[in-house]
Amino acid sequence: MSRHRALLRNVVIGLEIHVQLLTRSKMFCGCSTQFGAPPNSQTCPVCLGLPGSLPVTNRRAIELGLRTALALHCDLGERSQFHRKNYYYPDIPKNYQISQYQYGVHPPLAVDGWMEIDIEGELRRMGIRRVHLEEDTGKLVHPEGADFSLVDYNRSGVPLMEVVTQPELRSPAEARVFLNALRQILQYAEVSIGRMEEGAMRCDANVSLRGPDGALGTRTEIKNLNSVRAVERALAFEAQRQAEVLAAGGVVVQETRHWDERLGVTFGSRGKEEAHDYRYFPEPDLAPIRVDAAWVRDVAGSLPEMPEARARRFAAAYGLGEYEAGLLVATKSPADFYEAAVAAHANPKAIANWQLGDVAAYLNEHALEIEDLRSRPEHLAALVRLIDDGTISGRIAKEVLAEMLAGGEEPETIVGRRGWVQISDEDALREAISAVIASHPGPVADVRSGKEKAIGFLVGQVMKRTRGKANPGVVNRLLKQALG
Amino acid sequence: MRWLDEPYHRLRPRLGREVTLSELVDAALARIESREPKVRAFLAVTGDQARTQARAWSARLAAGEPAPPLLGMTMALKDNLCTRGIPTTCGSRMLARFVPPYDATVTARLAEAGAILVGKTNLDEFAMGSSTENSAFGPSHNPWDQAYAPGGSSGGSAVAVAAREAMAALGSDTGGSVRLPAALCGAVGLKPTYGRVSRYGLVAFASSLDQVGPITRDVTDCALVLNVIAGRDELDSTSAEASVPDFTRALAGGVAGLRIGLPAEFFGPGLDAAVKSSVLAAVRSLEAAGARVQDVSLPAVEYALPTYCLIACAEVSSNLARYDGVAYGHRAAGAKDLYTLCARTREEGFGAEAKRRIMLGTFALSAGHYEGFYRKAQQVRTLLRGDFERAFAEVDVIAGPVAPTPGFRLGEKTADPLQMYLIDTYTIPANLAGLPAISVPCGFAAGLPIGLQLIARAFDEATLLRAAFAVEQAVPPLPEPPL
Repeated sequence: MSRHRALLRNVVIGLEIHVQLLTRSKMFCGCSTQFGAPPNSQTCPVCLGLPGSLPVTNRRAIELGLRTALALHCDLGERSQFHRKNYYYPDIPKNYQISQYQYGVHPPLAVDGWMEIDIEGELRRMGIRRVHLEEDTGKLVHPEGADFSLVDYNRSGVPLMEVVTQPELRSPAEARVFLNALRQILQYAEVSIGRMEEGAMRCDANVSLRGPDGALGTRTEIKNLNSVRAVERALAFEAQRQAEVLAAGGVVVQETRHWDERLGVTFGSRGKEEAHDYRYFPEPDLAPIRVDAAWVRDVAGSLPEMPEARARRFAAAYGLGEYEAGLLVATKSPADFYEAAVAAHANPKAIANWQLGDVAAYLNEHALEIEDLRSRPEHLAALVRLIDDGTISGRIAKEVLAEMLAGGEEPETIVGRRGWVQISDEDALREAISAVIASHPGPVADVRSGKEKAIGFLVGQVMKRTRGKANPGVVNRLLKQALG
Repeated sequence: MRWLDEPYHRLRPRLGREVTLSELVDAALARIESREPKVRAFLAVTGDQARTQARAWSARLAAGEPAPPLLGMTMALKDNLCTRGIPTTCGSRMLARFVPPYDATVTARLAEAGAILVGKTNLDEFAMGSSTENSAFGPSHNPWDQAYAPGGSSGGSAVAVAAREAMAALGSDTGGSVRLPAALCGAVGLKPTYGRVSRYGLVAFASSLDQVGPITRDVTDCALVLNVIAGRDELDSTSAEASVPDFTRALAGGVAGLRIGLPAEFFGPGLDAAVKSSVLAAVRSLEAAGARVQDVSLPAVEYALPTYCLIACAEVSSNLARYDGVAYGHRAAGAKDLYTLCARTREEGFGAEAKRRIMLGTFALSAGHYEGFYRKAQQVRTLLRGDFERAFAEVDVIAGPVAPTPGFRLGEKTADPLQMYLIDTYTIPANLAGLPAISVPCGFAAGLPIGLQLIARAFDEATLLRAAFAVEQAVPPLPEPPL
């Protein structure tokens, strides 16, 4: 058992992530990439692989690849080359997939990058082996009870980007952190919606256990993981399985395994593994992609600040805690929202509290994204300004906010319509205070006999009489005067 | 019928005055009907479409539209060029019933230019062969002697032009498939620079070598057709931006001062004596017209044939992978699983030569062999390009034979694929180097025509055509084929 544990401390994980790019048209033809259209309605001679058709590269897809490569600090060659990956399957109409492959003279789009991830407070640099582009395949449909299968080629030719890491992740939890950080970067770079759950990211994971002598063990590959949680669970199961095999004196077989989400196990393909020889060679129908310095400069110039850097800036410039800053930058639109609000009213701390508190809760409850709101960042800024200048109390502000988020009105309009302007006029408040003192002799006596706590009750009563509009600070002071 | 016996550019000024478009098309269709039993150039004759096109153009001209450049040119297309709504079989059982839903770029450009499609021509299956004997639908016959092969793979196109069934035709040239049949049938055949003519809609054989080219009665007609089909096409990433001059303009410029190179590698031991003397006589006639002739050397030519075999087979193994019976084309009946469906479809659909090349190419690309075969072949290709560059620093045009022998009988070489491959020895180098090359008739031996090959710098078809025109002026014209 101790050997088993020792093995589990030496997990080595590498990931291959397929990312669907945010392009309107396919990789090599003009067909739409829109999801959910009737079968084979988004096809043409090119993505159907009809005889005589030729591919033409989607420049936007290359640009998105370049954005990713730059965000991941990769080396960009001046030219890269598409290759044909040859294999027979009915979902690839040409029986080869146009992809990229690593040869000295025919490099993929980008190689040798890195990404920093935060592992329990320690920043670690994870190597990126390569970023390349390829086309998606069609989809086989097996109607129940039928003795035939159907093919839907709508997906055929949809642009995919593959990001391959070095085998440098040391635990399933690190794989999760990596995937979340990568998703963040892809969203920031506006390359992909990045949500695994919606199929915009798919992951294959390689895992092996390093032996006591430090040598890499035999690896297995788990295919087609469709959520971050599945990646973490599958890796944990597989590492454990390998450790058990080794601890029992067995050997790990190099193979492709699949993840059963329901049973929580990985399983090998039955029967003999077929050794694939994809017979890669440079795609003669496409000239090499030339990426000159000017193009790289343009793309680099159009990249937004990446999340980590932004979080550091938020903490420094806005006096936020690391945790708050991290939450705010987790996805791009809320961070943009926050910055716009702070620009409109310089109380970053309070705006962060409102955005991470009540606003986030509202979004959660209604399953909305911040960009779905009708309220603009300036509205949140105005709300905080109303508190800061004493126009409304924090308690009223909560109600204003709720109404503001639901209806999209400006907070001033809501406050005005509702007559929620805070009462700070001491004469007006003294009247209410006298009434409260007169009707609550018990608590009044408590306060007078030195039970300070009881004053809270009396403030509450005054607030109630004024329907929350009284300025609680002023009420507190006046009450103490009256009873003092 | 006499309209059909002269080149298009001579007929053109009389079109509409002495003969109407419809009369011309009817005559062409009658000619096809009478000669097809002897030569079998066509896999399909598109008579109805041709008559409709003729009427449509007449109406457009009557409505005041300007006459397009190839108005009334009856045109045959090799059956690996896609024609919307018209079967495009590639000479294969695999695509015997395949009807493309789109036109090749060249098909569309010719139609817009007023050419009238009269039919689809026979070819070696998927353009792989040198005699049309690899066609699943039987061979075509050389109009000069029907026992002889017309050459291939664009044999049907060359026969259609030489037998005067069509005024012009398009073929495709991967290793000589336009030039060889043009030479053996006594027509002019041009392989343009790689990238000069769009390959969109040309069913791929070897993508890095394939190029569409015209087969015509003479050099002027060749220039007219090239004017229309040349130029950048957004649908073909490998088509070049190079500007397209009017190729007819330079033709009569003469060859005074033109430097012509004779590579020793093109005149070695394998060359038939009659071909050699005919080719050299044509070169001397250019010299007499003011050209300067000198020796050049292309040492890598020695390796051209094996290099070509590796590259062409590798690419074809991938290009023909799509014919699996799933979405279109032949599908084997009764298969119970995917593997059987695919394997049996390919077993039934492809002929022997296609299978041979698919296997060779699959092997050449497979793990452990790529470096030694495909990669090495690409390196030789680079060497060969270097040879041509050095030669073209000294000369403007390189001259040599098209084929090592004047012609061969049907059946003569079918038993030995290597003998068949060797016919392409002199044509393959231009494909590997991507250079423009033309075959122009230069003589006659034992009743069969002989072709002179000229090769020029990339995108210098103007010089190539000017030299070919000078040859055409200098050598005696071919007689009528005995049909």
